[in-house]
Amino acid sequence: MSGIEFILAGMLAAATPFLLAALGELVVERAGVLNLGLEGMMALGAAIGFIVVYEGGGHVAAFVAAGFAGVGLALIFAGLALGLRANQVAVGLAVGILGQGLSSLVGNSYESLTITGLPKLAFPGLSDLPVVGGMFVQDIVVWLSLVATAAIWAMFRYSRLGLVLRAIGENPTAARAIGYRVIALRLWAVVFGGAMAGFAGAYAATVYTPLWADGMIAGRGWIALALVVFGTWLTGRIFFGALLFGALSLASLVAQTEGWAVPSQLLSSLPYIVTIVVLGIITSNKKLLKLNGVASLGETFGP
Amino acid sequence: MIHLVRRDRASRRMAVAAPLLALLAAILSNLLLFVTMGKDPAAVFYALLLEPFLSWSSFSEVLLKTGPLLLIAQGLAIGFRAKVFNIGAEGQFILGAIFASAIPVYFPQATGGWIWPAMLVMGAIGGALWAVVPAFWRVRLNANEILVTLMMSLIAVQLLNYLLLGPWKDPMGFNFPQSVMFQYDAMIPILLPGTRVNASILLAFLAALLAWIYMQRSFGGYQFLVGGLAPKAATYAGFSQSRAIWLSLLIGGFAAGLAGAAEVAGPIGQLQRSISTGYGYAAIIVAYLGGLHPLGIVASAFLMAALYIGGDNAMVSADLPVAAVRVFQGSLLVCYLAAITFVRFRLVRTKVAPA
Repeated sequence: MSGIEFILAGMLAAATPFLLAALGELVVERAGVLNLGLEGMMALGAAIGFIVVYEGGGHVAAFVAAGFAGVGLALIFAGLALGLRANQVAVGLAVGILGQGLSSLVGNSYESLTITGLPKLAFPGLSDLPVVGGMFVQDIVVWLSLVATAAIWAMFRYSRLGLVLRAIGENPTAARAIGYRVIALRLWAVVFGGAMAGFAGAYAATVYTPLWADGMIAGRGWIALALVVFGTWLTGRIFFGALLFGALSLASLVAQTEGWAVPSQLLSSLPYIVTIVVLGIITSNKKLLKLNGVASLGETFGP
Repeated sequence: MIHLVRRDRASRRMAVAAPLLALLAAILSNLLLFVTMGKDPAAVFYALLLEPFLSWSSFSEVLLKTGPLLLIAQGLAIGFRAKVFNIGAEGQFILGAIFASAIPVYFPQATGGWIWPAMLVMGAIGGALWAVVPAFWRVRLNANEILVTLMMSLIAVQLLNYLLLGPWKDPMGFNFPQSVMFQYDAMIPILLPGTRVNASILLAFLAALLAWIYMQRSFGGYQFLVGGLAPKAATYAGFSQSRAIWLSLLIGGFAAGLAGAAEVAGPIGQLQRSISTGYGYAAIIVAYLGGLHPLGIVASAFLMAALYIGGDNAMVSADLPVAAVRVFQGSLLVCYLAAITFVRFRLVRTKVAPA
């Protein structure tokens, strides 16, 4: 298999942890809340998911349990940031640190153990195409993530719920004045974001690389946060951003196997470097941010 | 129906009580967690919270760890007050350690009293340089410093790995990812005989004093505070926001870099992978727990240092995984952020739900 074929076949799977977490965060941020605890939620979801599969619970139970773990942390976040009106940045960091700590704690006795992932399902017909055929052989979670992407896109584009979420993110005072329960809606958005982060972590630890290593999320939660900005809070752009980072993480693998004379540490830092560069390019375009950004993002709101 | 009502003025009593209440809540919730893990709560409590203070040798280790936490947190708190969220102190610390190590790595035979001070200067420069990128990105490119500082930390870890596995690896080191052991003159003099506590802790206390003078007594510090609390008012008054961002990040990087240098030129004595045990992240908690006040931070740095030592004790005597300390740190910050709500708000119970 050539390098290009390898990247094409693998990039959807590599993108899935970014995608799931970023889609969740998109809903949260659209509702006006900044959840910086994503990395910790993913890490805990990853540990819980791995343990469930390792102990014989299967992948379905693993994703459910990981989702609940993410929701648990999300509820702590919501209690402080929405209920007690604490600073969202500080609370996000706190919940993130807590999540990463809990992840190391529960995963402590599972270090370096491995499990089996999920089988790949081929899309009949398309999977036999030359070069791009590999893109159509993916596990079920990848296919479901694509469905979720389309569903979230459609929700923001066509549904009343999408409109209401955007309204409470743009101007919570006005939204409340016309009768929407801002805090309750934001709570649901945060819970959804937590569940998605848990799924993202579970995918990383039980399907994409089915092994447990402390710190295996390795900044993917933070990159997912950056992806929401890259995508200027639009579902389609976030999807392509996630694909780009999926491809990027595989490109470094290809470079290593092809024996390029580049230090592997430089290749490992490539996603972080690209994040910094792209972030600078996107955010320096103030018009773009103003057009698509969320007006009340990160501001506390209370009656 | 219970709801929050803003107080007429911030409650001073709550401001002092909040960290203590948070500590109590964190202790109780973590002991509960350890019980569910099947650990003996009494043994954990003893090892984690009492043992660090019971012998001179472990107390001196607490002092040793207070140094870097105090130094980094003072630097971060200045930025946090101006709402500049540098969460990449971990990377700035690592760069400080790398820059400082360059001297003994390239001049292993050098002697003289100038070496360790030069290493500290190098470290501070390295840390500040690592903060230049997020500062430039924020001021010129409008990019969020939280994400950029964090990414810079992840890159710093890779840079450290590269040096230790490649050009800076000790050729006589049995292939371990670590540099040569530094020469005697590269070590900061010991302050308290018979312990590992070195003169760098004086630097940390000096930093606390300077931060106190700057933040509480100078016009520059006042500009910072206004910039954080009321950015619009600060702009009308002509306080430059760009200047506040540059200063916050450079001071934060400078302090973290200095701490990193003091670590390799102090208790560790070489460059290795485990130079930082999460000091950069723990210092965020230290800064908040100290109420972002230079004197409060002295107390919270000491508490956090004791937790580190207590965690090591608990690992040995109560079979507690080292990650438990991070859980404790995280829950401490969660509890604190919950508690400080009541500095500005009070709970009011009403019989009828508000319309």
